[in-house]
Amino acid sequence: MAVSSTNARPSAAARFTSVLADIASRPSGAIGLSLVLFHLFLALFGPFLVPFDYKAVDANLMLQGPSGAHWFGTDHLGRDTFSRTLLGGREAILVTGIATPLAVIWGGFIGIFFGLVGGRIDEVLMRVVDAFLSLPWILKMLVLIVTFGTGIEVLIPTLAFFYGIPVIRIARAATHDVVARDFVQAARARGHGRMTIIRRELLPNVRDALLVEGAMRWSWMLLAFSSLSFLGFGVSPPTPDWGLMIADARGFMSFAPSGVLAPVVGLSSLIIGINLTADALAKALGIDRAQKAPV
Amino acid sequence: MAKDCIGEPMIHIRDLSVGFTGRSGRTLPVLRNINLDVRPGESVGLVGESGSGKSTLALAAMGYLKRGLRVIGGNARFSGQDMFALSRQELEQVRGGRLALIPQNSGQSLTPTLKIGAQLAEALRLHSALAEAEHPDRVIRLLEQVRLPDPATIIHRYPHELSGGQQQRVAIAMALAGEPEALLLDEPTTGLDVTTQAHILELLRDLARETGMAMVYVSHDLGAIARVCDRVAVMYAGEIVLEGSARQVLMDPLHPYARGLLASIPKLSDARLPMALDGRPPAPGGAGDGCAFVDRCGLASDICRTMRPALDIVKGDSHVRCHHHDKTSSLPSHAAVDVSPRSVNEDVTLLHLTDLSISYAKSNLLDQILKRPGNAVRTVDGINIRLAKGETLGLVGESGSGKSTILKAVAGLLPPAGGAITLAGDGVLPALVDNRRPDQLRRVQLIFQNPDESLNPRQTIAEILAQPLKLYFGLSGEALQLRTEELLDKVRLGAHYMDRLPSQLSGGEKQRVAVARAFAAEPELVLCDEVTSALDVSVQAAVLGLLDELRRMQDTAYIFVSHDLAVVRALSDRVAVLYQGRLCEIGPAASVYAAPAHPYTEVLLGAVLEPDPDWRPTLTAEDMVELSPPAKGCPFQRRCPRKLGAICDTDMPPWRERENGHVSRCHISVDDG
Repeated sequence: MAVSSTNARPSAAARFTSVLADIASRPSGAIGLSLVLFHLFLALFGPFLVPFDYKAVDANLMLQGPSGAHWFGTDHLGRDTFSRTLLGGREAILVTGIATPLAVIWGGFIGIFFGLVGGRIDEVLMRVVDAFLSLPWILKMLVLIVTFGTGIEVLIPTLAFFYGIPVIRIARAATHDVVARDFVQAARARGHGRMTIIRRELLPNVRDALLVEGAMRWSWMLLAFSSLSFLGFGVSPPTPDWGLMIADARGFMSFAPSGVLAPVVGLSSLIIGINLTADALAKALGIDRAQKAPV
Repeated sequence: MAKDCIGEPMIHIRDLSVGFTGRSGRTLPVLRNINLDVRPGESVGLVGESGSGKSTLALAAMGYLKRGLRVIGGNARFSGQDMFALSRQELEQVRGGRLALIPQNSGQSLTPTLKIGAQLAEALRLHSALAEAEHPDRVIRLLEQVRLPDPATIIHRYPHELSGGQQQRVAIAMALAGEPEALLLDEPTTGLDVTTQAHILELLRDLARETGMAMVYVSHDLGAIARVCDRVAVMYAGEIVLEGSARQVLMDPLHPYARGLLASIPKLSDARLPMALDGRPPAPGGAGDGCAFVDRCGLASDICRTMRPALDIVKGDSHVRCHHHDKTSSLPSHAAVDVSPRSVNEDVTLLHLTDLSISYAKSNLLDQILKRPGNAVRTVDGINIRLAKGETLGLVGESGSGKSTILKAVAGLLPPAGGAITLAGDGVLPALVDNRRPDQLRRVQLIFQNPDESLNPRQTIAEILAQPLKLYFGLSGEALQLRTEELLDKVRLGAHYMDRLPSQLSGGEKQRVAVARAFAAEPELVLCDEVTSALDVSVQAAVLGLLDELRRMQDTAYIFVSHDLAVVRALSDRVAVLYQGRLCEIGPAASVYAAPAHPYTEVLLGAVLEPDPDWRPTLTAEDMVELSPPAKGCPFQRRCPRKLGAICDTDMPPWRERENGHVSRCHISVDDG
């Protein structure tokens, strides 16, 4: 393996840069990518940039409009909305940033495995997946969260589990396209084991579809996480979080709209950025999402 | 209208160049300075390797260019109109009406959800002036014109209910709906069985004569071209390098490329290997200042590298683009590689198939519960074949005859329904790959038809070749590297191919890698499934030569499956003929080809086309396609041109021996034959 892997590595790196350049060369990709990078930058360096302490309560400054000192005004406890918005994505990006790869890995593996094995087990599994997908996601998630609590250690596995299920479908469909091809037959005829076939023959050909699916799942998961926070099952106060901020500020929306507007802009710009990037990624990799059935 | 301009070219292409803008921003030509005239009633063939621009030229004659292509210079006229200057509406008037196209995969170009009658009526509505009321009659007449049996029932069928040949006939009927003055045919018989192909070609010949249509016939198959065309233009790297009468081009080609192409075609009458035309054509824009063929040419001199030859007129009406066309006669026109005869020790058995049967029919749940076998007729049945060590067995038959199915069963990819596969030294092989031992697997290797499919596009050549080496021999590091280089060398590819991906290789190179991968296992039996069908003829000869060389070196036995009887002849010691999954005839290749004993073998051999304008195929049986074999009696009973009577319907014919090991299964006795 030593020989071939050193040979393959530079071409993989070259491919990565060329795909990245392709994404950046498309208008939608350039906008999307810069939005995502901007949010990642804020998530990393936000604490050093904020003008105010996010938990500094001031009873004299409740629900103020935008001003020179407080650009987005203040909330019902007199905290600076701008500072809280800058920091509001940290928790969401951390949780979904861990849960998304987990979801893609387990869903992808199960999907590829059963796509290769096929037969009756595969049929049964897919019906189970259908059954899961037919239930509203929020119900399933609330059951687990109510049972086990709301910490990060519960949220990450919960999100990873439920968002891995649609990935199974995508991975299985992509695998079916590949399994029918002769090089997989050739590997089977040579007598390779299933794991070798998955690793060497299937994974390199399914990877692109999984990458795009992962990007899509990430944006859905962000929305889910923020919804949980909105309902009070996500982040606990006083940690700043967009979902929670919207929930807190929505009662005062009529006379202090900036309190809702700021986190909404934060959350939607990130989700739009991810979606645009995913679209450009799909085009750069030659996978047209328009032709794949959305789950 | 057509009568006014007899003698005047109907399709008139002058100095046409077509190209696209490459990544570097340069304009890369796909067609270069094409001149082509097609007169009314004339049929012109366009031949060349894949990528030579022949389809692009045919489509350009319709004023159609694929996306990204544009006209660089020149024009294409159809009865006086510049096709690239017409408006969209005017083009719609001409296309499909006066100028019709028959594409390659017409089965796929028919609308699957519309009945045949409705599709033809639609073509009439768009392209004929006929009153609506007369359409039904005209539909029937069109179907009669393309010799479809029982048109009244066919109009109520859906495309999937027709065979490939019938679908192709319907596509021709649709093209005829507008009573076109010219017909463009893009590989119309590629992918069809030999017998079906021969029938379609006869139909096209007759139609051309009946209607006086002009035809442009695009094909890589010189045999088909020889049968239908009056004139032939040979294309190479986007240029017409040779144009002349079919007889002149096929019998005494003046261009070295055309000569090489003809020499690389295996002949039915010749058991030797054809000569390979090595190398590959330049990529678009890569032809440089000189002649595009210079790197592959045996006559190349300095002037060929510096100056592009002009299209000279020679011998009356021939045009040739070569500096040395006066010397081409010195090149062999039909060269066969003379190789020393191989000796096969008939006594050492390698593989024995006994009573092998395979069924695709799934038994239903009730049968499974009661553990009783389903009563469906088996797809493949009663196969008894003994293969000696180092022997090559050719397996021929039409599509659906079970050739590939048998290979898959031997490879362990399909479970047989009955019978045994015995490998010398290992006894009866387990049915499926999962149950076979690595050593048993190593001895039997498989090469697939299309290297684009059988090589993983995401693996480098080194990784592809490393897989069997690691699996069977546990090689790694230095040893693996050395062995990989050795293998590449063996298939005449250098070590610099190791880091490339399959997409960076030409078709022939890819198939060499696939061959190298099979031979990496040091197999005793290699199963070749149509391994040359996806390749150009010139490359095909090289791959056949390689396979021959390797079997001499390693004493490998082949089971060589192909629908091309001439290819099978070039490589096989013995030939087995299959019909509907049943063996009809098996015997030494020389004996079977010289004196076929089974009527089906006669039908197959009669339908083979040779690149010779005087060759006439003998068509005896109907070209209908059977979906399942008859439950009893001779499998060929429904199509047999020499059917004796009731005995053929009821009794399976016995095996009869003609001479040393040449046996066939027919009620007609050998002496009467």
